[in-house]
Amino acid sequence: MTNISLEPIEIVRGQPYPGAPDNWKRFFTFSTDHKVIGIQYIVTSFIFFLVGGLFAMIMRGELITPEADLVDRTVYNALFTMHGSVMLFFWTFPVLVGLGNYLVPLMIGARDMAFPRLNAVSFWMIPIAGILMMSSFLIPGGPSQSGWWAYPPVSLQNPTNNLINGQVLWILSVAISGVSSIMGAVNFVTTIFKMRAPGMTWFRTPAFVWSVLAAQLIQLYGLPSLTGGAIMLLLDLTAGTSFFTPERGGNPIVYQHFFWFYSHPAVYVMVLPVFGIFSEVLPVHARKPLFGYRVIAVSSVIITVISSAVWVHHMFASATPPWMRMFFMVTTMLVAVPSGIKVFGWVATIWGGKMRFTTPMLFALGGISNWVFAGITGIFLGSVPIDLHVHNTYFVVGHFHYVLYGAIVMGIYAGIYHWFPKMTGRMYYEGLGKLHFVLTYVGTALIFLPMHPLGLMGMPRRVASYDPEFAFWNVVASIGGFLLGLSTLPFILNMVSAWVRGEKVGNNPWRAYGLEWLTSSPPSVENYEELPLVVSGPYGYGRSEPLVSNVPNPDLTEFSESLTPQEAS
Amino acid sequence: MMKLRAILVMTIYAILVTLASFWMAKQSYSWFPPEASAESKLTDDLFSLFTGLGTFIYLGVIGPFIYSLIFHRASKYDRSDAPPIEGNTWLEVIWTATPLVLVLTLSFVSYRTYEKMSIRGPMELVHLHVPQMIEPAYAEPFDSTPQQDIQNAVETEPIEQIDVTARQWAWVFHYPEKDITSTELHLPVDRRVRFTLRSQDVLHGFYIPAFRVSQYVVPNEDINLELTPVKTGTYRLRDSMYSGTYFAANQTDVVVQSPNDYQQWLADAAAQTPNSAFNQAAYEYSQSSEPGSGNTKDKVAVRGWATIPPAPPPVVNYAPKHEPKSPPA
Ligand code: HEM
Ligand SMILES: [Cu+2]
Repeated sequence: MTNISLEPIEIVRGQPYPGAPDNWKRFFTFSTDHKVIGIQYIVTSFIFFLVGGLFAMIMRGELITPEADLVDRTVYNALFTMHGSVMLFFWTFPVLVGLGNYLVPLMIGARDMAFPRLNAVSFWMIPIAGILMMSSFLIPGGPSQSGWWAYPPVSLQNPTNNLINGQVLWILSVAISGVSSIMGAVNFVTTIFKMRAPGMTWFRTPAFVWSVLAAQLIQLYGLPSLTGGAIMLLLDLTAGTSFFTPERGGNPIVYQHFFWFYSHPAVYVMVLPVFGIFSEVLPVHARKPLFGYRVIAVSSVIITVISSAVWVHHMFASATPPWMRMFFMVTTMLVAVPSGIKVFGWVATIWGGKMRFTTPMLFALGGISNWVFAGITGIFLGSVPIDLHVHNTYFVVGHFHYVLYGAIVMGIYAGIYHWFPKMTGRMYYEGLGKLHFVLTYVGTALIFLPMHPLGLMGMPRRVASYDPEFAFWNVVASIGGFLLGLSTLPFILNMVSAWVRGEKVGNNPWRAYGLEWLTSSPPSVENYEELPLVVSGPYGYGRSEPLVSNVPNPDLTEFSESLTPQEAS
Repeated sequence: MMKLRAILVMTIYAILVTLASFWMAKQSYSWFPPEASAESKLTDDLFSLFTGLGTFIYLGVIGPFIYSLIFHRASKYDRSDAPPIEGNTWLEVIWTATPLVLVLTLSFVSYRTYEKMSIRGPMELVHLHVPQMIEPAYAEPFDSTPQQDIQNAVETEPIEQIDVTARQWAWVFHYPEKDITSTELHLPVDRRVRFTLRSQDVLHGFYIPAFRVSQYVVPNEDINLELTPVKTGTYRLRDSMYSGTYFAANQTDVVVQSPNDYQQWLADAAAQTPNSAFNQAAYEYSQSSEPGSGNTKDKVAVRGWATIPPAPPPVVNYAPKHEPKSPPA
């Protein structure tokens, strides 16, 4: 066996050219390299994350006192609408597509995604749609004020009577991002089905790839429903049709079905890849195989199936008849089973392991602990009598932010830190990383935990003013919110400075199993000199079996840097 | 020896977790507003059960998790791998089956609670859309007698009918028996009340936290909701479904009275000629568009955008007295 093949050709040529892994200009081009696109996605969406976070800070500023005194009510309403929309459509979805884009081809031993040009088009639609949505701040009527659900009839009320109004821009922007997502989904599903390296059977495919597949299948079956609902809403708003307009005999509840048939499964589009990240990060930093890998992998697909039939739990208080309430209560509760399987598997993975608390490991562990809590409050919400009390209160806001920030954002951070050395060839700074983790974890608990008692006490969500009895917990939450704002600073500092002058580490600083760790860091344009021949399953910790047969496969427990180009020759 | 100690530790932890779960289940009652309706007692009992089981599961998972974080770390120079344990079929079967049984049980208990409330809700809609089929399908297999307080209330006196109209942004209550209207909701204690909910514009949420049950108010639909106030006092009704600009201010008081006080109030209200009530949204709107002051209210730091104007303040027999300058309630 010889290892010369691992040396990236670009380094041999020594000449940077557009598209070379060490030419930063490639990030500003219409590149079709999945690794460039992945990072474009991640960085772009992180900028939107900061924008959405700024909106949240202003909202927490308003809510620090009971009266509506910082911003006008219309401004508050526009802010929560834009906050939710930006965070979902321009941060969580795209950043996960970015991580998937970067990792999936590397993990399955492919040279790129199935449709590289389509991939680039889907990415470039994101900044366009995002800027379109932000531009609604500049038009006379201001942005949409109907929330990220855009429920009619409120979303059909157009106080300025202008044809170009915030709601129209919102619908167009969401539609563009939806088209981008559908194109991305086609690309992912094709790539995962067709381009796995020789020997990579389904049960040799990493759990992250399984979870991306499960999530993208949801996009395929769900997005048409949202798109259809959005088109009808647009027609009602601009062309005078009457799908959802009650004055003209339309039924606004029907919109809710279109919306939630997609948007419930959409929460799993967001959380599944994060489950995948947990499943990848834990074994590496605990030096132990993923416990129950097959069950964890399959449970992702079970979630895809069940989550297609639970959407009415968002509509228990709509004009939903009792039999429907009961049916969707049972299906909703069933989602807890595959979700629980994963949690138990993760706990068993670290049990008896040899853990190191690196930054990605801390974020993964923190994310899992938050997910356990959020999953349990999710079961509460699934119970109809309980939901009828807490629906549309801060309890729901607490629940889903525990998932979205506590588990998903933390999981994304875990993924970014974990694969940072692969993306850049350099190591982030541990100290800053740990500071970032502590601020994030404490901030999350401070802001989102108090929302649960507030909801139980009966504080509705989306209010710009509230009764003084709710003041205490709101002050605590606002402090937590500002802490979370602060927490992004060490992260940005870390990423920027480590990318520029962090310590250069080899191809596999974590001594991790996985195809992505067999190639150089950053990987060459073609990813692999020679496509790997996979001969065993993932997570071979403690077994010292080779993962592939045609690339050097030294005993991972002993070697650390032996695959760096210098040594490889 | 090792095994014995492990069993001992596990037993002690299980006992502690059980105690903690019972304690949390008891605590949970204190997290709510007063139990002012018969239905609220049912909800709180159910919530307490969920809290107990939820705590048990949370601690059951987090305990081993934290134990592992403390005791299963690699020592500084140990670069070896842990034993390659890849799974355990029995464990996996157990942790699939247990949650399955648990959530099915919780669904069943929730179903029973829901039946005992017999809040009706959008039941009418069922008959409208799916005529015969449904009622037997869910009523047959289980006992669905309402809770005792509710049954008593229904049996002693006829159901009190109240029509509720929601609009941007006011609540109007109509008492058909005496044909009077009010912007404050007055209810007789220990009687079953049937609300018929109607909206004049957008979706609203009829939500009295002390009663625990919320229901959307939907334009073009009459939705019935039955509740049973059991405790006199003043509570708050909030719009829980976002309804536009002044949504947060769309609140009113709910006064649960003894039968005598209630009858007295009805009689007093009937004697009054309808008058324009104070309305927070209309008040704020008039402040913000006062000539000369531009679109900016003095006390607000950031200007707003155009809004749907609030409906004119409702004209009703009874309206609580409000200082126009009172803070948004
Ligand atoms: C065990 C799993 C889960 C269960 C049983 C569950 C259950 C529920 C239920 C019943 C609601 C409706 C509450 C209401 O509006 O009254 C809800 C709301 C929500 N959940 Fe979950 N959930 C689970 C996991 C998740 C995950 C993984 C996410 C996110 C990735 C999530 C995000 C949300 C969001 C965003 C909402 C509120 C949407 C809105 O009203 O704006 N949930 N959840
Ligand atoms: Cu959902």
